[in-house]
Amino acid sequence: MNEQDHETTGTEVARQDGHGGAVRLDEGHVVGAGGVPERFANPGLPAHIPRMADLDEAAAKRAEKQVATLFGISMLATLAFLVLYFVIDVNQTVFIPGVGVTSASNAALGVTLALSLLGIGLGAVHWAKTLMPDEEVVEDRHPMRAGDAERAEAVRVMTQEGGKSQIGRRPLIKYTLGGAMGLFALPIVLQVAGSLGEMPRKSLSLTWWNGGPSGPGEIPTFRPLRLMKDPENLPIKASDVTIGSVFHVMPQGLLPDPVTHEGGAEHLLEEKAKAAVLLMRLDPEQIKSQKERDWGYQGIVAYSKICTHVGCPVGLYEQQTHHLLCPCHQSTFDVTQDCKVIFGPAKRPLPQLKITVDDEGYLVSAQPFDEAVGPSFWERNS
Amino acid sequence: MTTTSTPRPADALRDGDSAYQAPPSAAARKVGGLAGWVDDRTGAAKPVGYLMKKVFPDHWSFMLGEIAMYSMIICLITGTFLTFWYVPSAGLTVYDGSYVPLRGVEMSEAYASTLHISFDIKGGLMIRQIHHWAALMFTVAVVVHMFRVFFTGAFRKPREINWVIGSVLALLSIIEGFAGYSLPDDLLSGTGIRAMAGFVQTAPVIGSYLVYGIFGGPFPGEMIIPRLYSVHILLLPAILVGLFTVHIALVALQKHTQFPGPGRTNDNVVGYPVMPVYAAKAGGFFFIVFGVLALISALVQINPIWGYGPYDPSPVTAGSQPDWYMGFADGALRLLPGWLEFNLWGEYTLSLNIALGALVLLPLVYIVLGAYPFVERFVTKDEREHHLLDRPRNNPVRTGIGMAGITAYTVFMFAAGNDIMAIKLGLSINDITWFFRIGLFVLPPIVFWVTKRTCLALQRRDREQVLHGRESGTIIRTPDGRFFERHEAELPEDQWILVQHEAVRPFEIAATADEHGVARPAARSDRVRSAMSRFYFADAVNPVTPAELAAAHHHGHEAEAIEGPTPAGEIESSSRDDALARRLE
Ligand code: HEM
Ligand code: FES
Repeated sequence: MNEQDHETTGTEVARQDGHGGAVRLDEGHVVGAGGVPERFANPGLPAHIPRMADLDEAAAKRAEKQVATLFGISMLATLAFLVLYFVIDVNQTVFIPGVGVTSASNAALGVTLALSLLGIGLGAVHWAKTLMPDEEVVEDRHPMRAGDAERAEAVRVMTQEGGKSQIGRRPLIKYTLGGAMGLFALPIVLQVAGSLGEMPRKSLSLTWWNGGPSGPGEIPTFRPLRLMKDPENLPIKASDVTIGSVFHVMPQGLLPDPVTHEGGAEHLLEEKAKAAVLLMRLDPEQIKSQKERDWGYQGIVAYSKICTHVGCPVGLYEQQTHHLLCPCHQSTFDVTQDCKVIFGPAKRPLPQLKITVDDEGYLVSAQPFDEAVGPSFWERNS
Repeated sequence: MTTTSTPRPADALRDGDSAYQAPPSAAARKVGGLAGWVDDRTGAAKPVGYLMKKVFPDHWSFMLGEIAMYSMIICLITGTFLTFWYVPSAGLTVYDGSYVPLRGVEMSEAYASTLHISFDIKGGLMIRQIHHWAALMFTVAVVVHMFRVFFTGAFRKPREINWVIGSVLALLSIIEGFAGYSLPDDLLSGTGIRAMAGFVQTAPVIGSYLVYGIFGGPFPGEMIIPRLYSVHILLLPAILVGLFTVHIALVALQKHTQFPGPGRTNDNVVGYPVMPVYAAKAGGFFFIVFGVLALISALVQINPIWGYGPYDPSPVTAGSQPDWYMGFADGALRLLPGWLEFNLWGEYTLSLNIALGALVLLPLVYIVLGAYPFVERFVTKDEREHHLLDRPRNNPVRTGIGMAGITAYTVFMFAAGNDIMAIKLGLSINDITWFFRIGLFVLPPIVFWVTKRTCLALQRRDREQVLHGRESGTIIRTPDGRFFERHEAELPEDQWILVQHEAVRPFEIAATADEHGVARPAARSDRVRSAMSRFYFADAVNPVTPAELAAAHHHGHEAEAIEGPTPAGEIESSSRDDALARRLE
C-alpha cells in the first residue's frame, strides 16, 4: 500500500487521529470519539431488481423473438444489398423526399448495408439487455504499483546485473557508445531532409512576369509580356477594358492552348500559383495613389491575385466600392488605394504589376513585380 | 400460471427444468480441439480466460471512447477499400469518365480517380461517403470522449499516461483528417493545401526551406499528393493504431474507472464481465456505429468533390471552409490582426499574424491539454490512485476551466464562419470579427465564473437535500440505553451519491521558523502552490458529514433529547474544520 496510505495535506482534509487512519468505504465506518463516524459509510450494492424476462418465461420468450427478428432483418437486408448491387445502374439517380435527387445506387446500397449492420448490432444489444445476466459483478482492484520486493529486484537487475557489462568501469566504451548512439541517426535524417526537394533560392520572389520560367535556379531575363485572358489565352487590347470590368490574367507564354492543351509552362500550376493577376479599369479620378496611376494605363491597373495573407486567390471584386475580397479569411483590399488592406488578417497590399501598351495596342507588362507575391516569408525583403 | 414470480435470472434454470449437462457438441469439441491446439503451443488459455472474465463498468459516457475506436476501425476498413482505386498522383490527365460536366477537363490523376470511385465504381461512392463520415465521427468522438475524461477527473493518477497518449491521438487524428481531406485534389481541398503552404512559409527563418522541402519544390509541385498519401495511409495510421493499442491496453491493465455509487469504491470495479454481456454489448455497438454511418452515408452527401472542379491555384473559391476539426485554426487566422506582421531590420519578415494561429496555436492547444493533469497534481499533491470518477460539480474549478477552454475553442471555431454569419445574419463582417476578438478574452472568464457558481450551487443543493431532504423517523436504541434517530449516521441508499466525495480545503503553507524563532519565508513553489490551491479550493463546498446531519437534525428538533456529547459540540471543538461548523449555524 505504501503510497496509498500516504496522507497529504493537499486537498484532503486530514483525518483526525483516533480514527485509525484512512476510512475504507467498504469496511463500514470507523467510529470516532463522539460516536459519530467522520464520513458516511458506503451502503453497499443495492439489491438486484429482476427484469420482466427474469420473472416471466413468456417475457423471456418475447425477448428471444425480438432478438431473432432483428437478426432476421439483418439477413434480409444483406440479401437485398446483394441483389441491388447488380440491379441498379451506378449512374441512376432517384428522388428521395427530404434528401433530394441523389445516386440511386448509393442510397440503396447504403440503406441495405445499414439495415444489415444495425440488425446485428441492435439484436446483440437487446439480447444482452433482456436475456443475459444483468446482475453486476464486483472485481477487486489492486494498486498499480509493484511490491517493494519486485521494485528492489528490478533495480538490482538493472544496476547489479547490468553492471556486469562493466559500463561504469570502462569509460572508453561508455563515451564511444554514447557518441555512436548519438550520431547514428544522422545519416538517416540527412537522407530524408537533404533530399526532400530543391532549395527555394530566389524562386519565391520571381514569377513568370520576370520573363519566363521562375523555378529555383532559373533567373529569367525581363521582356515585356502581354497580359493574356485566362482561360481563353488571348491578349487584351486596352480599348477592350471598359470601366468597371475585371479580367483574370496570366502572362503570355504561360497558358497552354485551351483546346489542345499543348504548349505553355512546363510547371503550369507552379507558375500559375505565382503569376495570376487581376486587371481592372477604374475612373482615373477615383485612384487615390499617384504610383498606382503611374503603374497603370489610363486607369487600367493590374494587381497580383495571390492574397498576401496565406496565398488564396483573391476572388471577389465589388465594382461599386472597388474592393477586392479574399474568400479564405476575408482580407479586403481597396483598389483605389493601391490595394491596401482595409479589413482582415493580411498585412501587406497586393503587389501591383506595372503595365503599358505595345505598338499594337495590347496591354503588356512594363516590368516584373518589384516584390515577392503571396504570403510573407522570412527573407522576402532581402 | 405455471411461471413463478420468484426472481430468477433469465439465464438460470426454471421450475421444472432439470439440471441438464449437455454433452459437448461436435462443434464445441472441434473448437475445443483447436483452442487446445493453440493453448498447447502458447498457453493462451490463461490470459484469454482472464480477459473474458474481466469486469467493465457500464455508463453511457463510456461509450464515447468506443465510438472513437469503432469509427477509426471503420476508417481503416473503408480506407483500405479506397486504396484499390485511388491513384495518388498529381500527373495530368484528361477526364473521360461518366460525370459529363467534367469530360474533357484536364485534371490530376488523383482527382480523376476520386471521380472514378464516385461515378464508375459500384458502391464506390458509398465507401467514400462512409470513409468521410467515419472520419468526422472519429474526430468528434475523440473530442467528446476527451471531455468526459476531463470533467470526471479520470486523468488523475494512475491514468496520466493515457491522458497524454490521448492528447497525442487527438492531435494526430486531425492531422490524419486533413491529409485525407486533401487527397482528392479538388479545388476546395487544394485551396486548403495552398493555405497550409502559406502557413509553413511564414515560419521564422526556415519557412521557405520548409515549404520547399514539404512540397519537393515550388508549390504545388507533383510531390505533395503522393507524400500526403503515404502520411495518410501508412505513417499516421501506423502511429494511430500503435498508440491506440497502448491506450486500450492501459485501460485493461488499470481497469476502467467507475462512477461513484452504492457498493462502488476506489478498490473495486462493479460492472459486467466481458463474457457474455460486455462482449455482446460492445460487439453489437460496433455494428450499430457502422450501421448508423452507413445510413448517414446513404442519405446525406458529404464532400461532393465533382462540384468543385480540379485544383488550380488561380480560380476563385468562394466561402472555402475546412472540415470542422480544422475550423479553430482557420478561425484564429481570421481573428489575428495584420499588424502582427513585423519587419525586422528592414530585411526580415516575421508574420506573427499567421504563425501564431497556424503554427503555434495547434501544438499549444495539445500541449496545454496534455499538461493539465500535472498542473492539477502540482496543486493537490495527491499521491493516491483515483478509480472513482468525480461528478463534475464536485470539482467546480476544474469544471470551470474545462468549460472556459471549450468556450475559447468554440469562439475560434465560430470565427471561421464569420463570412457565413455576416451573410446569414445580415451583419457587418467587421463587427462580427470584433465581437469574436473581444469574445475570445471576455467569454472564457465569464463562462468559468458561471460554471463554477453553478457547480457550487448544485453542491449546496446536494447538501440541502441530505440535511433537510428526508427524515427516517426511526429511533434506534443503543444497548446502553441511549436513543438516536437513525438518519444521524445512516443515509438512504439513494443519497449516498450526494455525500460520497471527499472533503477538500486549500493547502496552507506550514509556518516554518528557524532556530531563533524567526519565520522563514516559504519556498517559492509552496507559495505558488498555495495560491493555486486557494484558487481551486478556497470556496469549496464539502459533503455533509454524519455529524452535520445529526446536528442539523438536532437544531431542527430541539425538543428531541439526544443524550451524550452532541455531535455539533464536537465539531465546534474540533480544530479541523470550523468552517464546516460555521456553515451549520
Ligand atoms: C488508416 C486507414 C486509412 C486509410 C487506408 C485511408 C485511405 C484513404 C484514401 C485512399 C483516401 C482517398 C480517396 C477519397 O478521398 O475518396 C482517403 C480520403 C480521406 N480520408 Fe482516409 N484513410 C484512412 C484513415 C482515415 C482517418 C483516420 C481519417 C480521419 C481522421 C481519414 C480521413 C479522410 C478524409 C476526410 C478523406 C477525404 C474523403 C473524401 O472526401 O473523399 N482517413 N482516405
Ligand atoms: S488567404 Fe486571403 S485572407 Fe487569408
